[in-house]
Amino acid sequence: MLKYVVKRILLAIVTILIICLITFFVMHAVPGGPFNREKALSQATIDALNARYGLDKPLFTQFINYMKNLLHGDFGVSLKNGREISSIIAESFPISARLGLTAMLFALTFGIVLGSTAAIMRNKLPDRIIVFFSTLFTAVPSFVLATLLLLVFSIKLGWVPVWSANETHYLLPVMALAAYPMAYTTRLAKTSMLDALGQDYIRTAKSKGVARWKVIFKHALKNSLIPVITYAGPQIAYIITGSMVVETVFTVGGIGTKFVSGINNRDYTLIMATTIFLATLMVIATLICDLLYKLVDPRIKYE
Amino acid sequence: MNLRIRRDENGNPKKSPFSVQMDLSKFNSAMFEKATDEEKSQQDVMSESTTFFKDGMRKLFKNPLAVGSIIVLSLILLIIIFAPLFVPYRYEEILSVNGVRDKGAKNLAPFTYSKLEQQYIEAGGTRFPHIFGTDEQCRDYFIRVIYGTRVSLVVGFFASIIVLIIGMLYGSISGYLGGKVDLVMMRIVDIIYSLPDMLIIILLSVVLQTILQFTPGSFLDSLGTNMISLFIVFGLLYWVGMARLIRGQILSIKQNEYILAAKSIGAPTGRIITRHILPNCLSVIIISTALQIPSAIFTESYLSFVGLGVQAPMPSLGSLANSARGGLQSNSYKLLFPALMICLIVLSFNLLGDGLRDAFDPKLRK
Repeated sequence: MLKYVVKRILLAIVTILIICLITFFVMHAVPGGPFNREKALSQATIDALNARYGLDKPLFTQFINYMKNLLHGDFGVSLKNGREISSIIAESFPISARLGLTAMLFALTFGIVLGSTAAIMRNKLPDRIIVFFSTLFTAVPSFVLATLLLLVFSIKLGWVPVWSANETHYLLPVMALAAYPMAYTTRLAKTSMLDALGQDYIRTAKSKGVARWKVIFKHALKNSLIPVITYAGPQIAYIITGSMVVETVFTVGGIGTKFVSGINNRDYTLIMATTIFLATLMVIATLICDLLYKLVDPRIKYE
Repeated sequence: MNLRIRRDENGNPKKSPFSVQMDLSKFNSAMFEKATDEEKSQQDVMSESTTFFKDGMRKLFKNPLAVGSIIVLSLILLIIIFAPLFVPYRYEEILSVNGVRDKGAKNLAPFTYSKLEQQYIEAGGTRFPHIFGTDEQCRDYFIRVIYGTRVSLVVGFFASIIVLIIGMLYGSISGYLGGKVDLVMMRIVDIIYSLPDMLIIILLSVVLQTILQFTPGSFLDSLGTNMISLFIVFGLLYWVGMARLIRGQILSIKQNEYILAAKSIGAPTGRIITRHILPNCLSVIIISTALQIPSAIFTESYLSFVGLGVQAPMPSLGSLANSARGGLQSNSYKLLFPALMICLIVLSFNLLGDGLRDAFDPKLRK
């Protein structure tokens, strides 16, 4: 177990380092420096500026410096508006985190409930309906769903106000964000529940005369949850990338919106910083999920 | 081995007293009855012998969802191939009547004409209807959706082929060689696998767009840097899943007795790979390629939506959906057409992939 934990943590650290490396060198390959103006500066000024910001040093030293700053929580400043990126992240991330966590909770609860229901009522009407919708929702891109929700409930029906600076309505963005993971969790929960219901210990429990609800909740559900937990890792990754478009559609002022506007404005330092931030978040989340998974079911071997 | 068979006085093999085997010496031919023709026919093999492929196809065509999705996909293919032959507009063409730019043909509803076109028709001219209306730059929307579908499908298809080729090569080398090579190759895969792919894709697309420069007029230039960078990104990141899958397949197939048998009668390595290993991987390869296409289409539409997709006049389903957000309130149908198209294509490919999996490799079903 300890060997596995150490191995897994090492892999995560290597991954984060590689992400930083890729981000740094890829962003360095972009033509044009930070001091490119419409009116060309004199070479002496550019040299002085480069020396001032350490840009005349070898690339590797620059990378080390960048990493040092990152570890101190200094992400640099935005190229477009000169704001500290760390403060941009600090102010926008809580909104995104709240949105993402709510969506995840929503997806997991409804996914497990719907999937288990479908498995228990196999080949009956509720099962058919659940399977139909879960298949449908895995084929709808999140931005399409988000735009449709916005169109129908905010613009045409006017039931939910559009997101604004002083009014926050998480319902529609959460629904748009949660739809795909929910559909996927439903399918996963259904198959694993069916699998669990077919096990010998369920038959034993039934033949001993244990009540039906007790068999389902105590024996089947508990065991069927393991594969669902594994999906939590990829789900976090999906929600982080999905939140970029969903936030853009609903004009939520979260980190996703900032990232997309950074792309559109070619704000390289902002793109770089948010990529590293979000990627590290994803890697850590996956790490925690993997370790949890191992803790829940020690039979699983690390390959 | 030298077996000495003990025999009784008649020369028949001597039976052990505990044996349950029938003592044939107690029977004679008169005690037996010949089987009737009806009884014989029960022993006949009822169905014709089939190949693996034929059997799989038979199962596939019994699956109504898979057949339905094949029909839908063929219909879409037919439409996107032949519709541009009948529609007299081009996807980047700004509408004009008699050489005069038609400024009124902005955001027309489906099957309506602008004032200028109305006058032209009243004067006796014929005008092809705008089946999906027009967009905000006075371009025929139907043909843009058709071309968008073409672009999305082409991207999905080629991205899957790239993933397939790289993944197959890498996976089969790693799986077949085994040992230290395999270990190192799989560690590399592990690391790439744990990279958050979408973020890296966005990052690379941003940069590749600005670095890649092609000679104007060349084939690569006509594709556009965004399209090329999309393929590069797919080739760099998405093959790891395929490589893992194929390596796993090859590792398990290598353990089989028939491979040992083939080796022991002296079959060369090339023959073993082509005759015994690859055909057994084929179903997995086909299934995962079929499921790769919708995910590539998803990724492309996502990138287009973020603004990193195909170049400006060329439409893709994602970029069409993105630009439709502008006039959402008045022209919501403009979102509907590309969105519906994406959903149809992705849904059909998903169902087809599931059907293929059930037909060719039921073990894979989770």
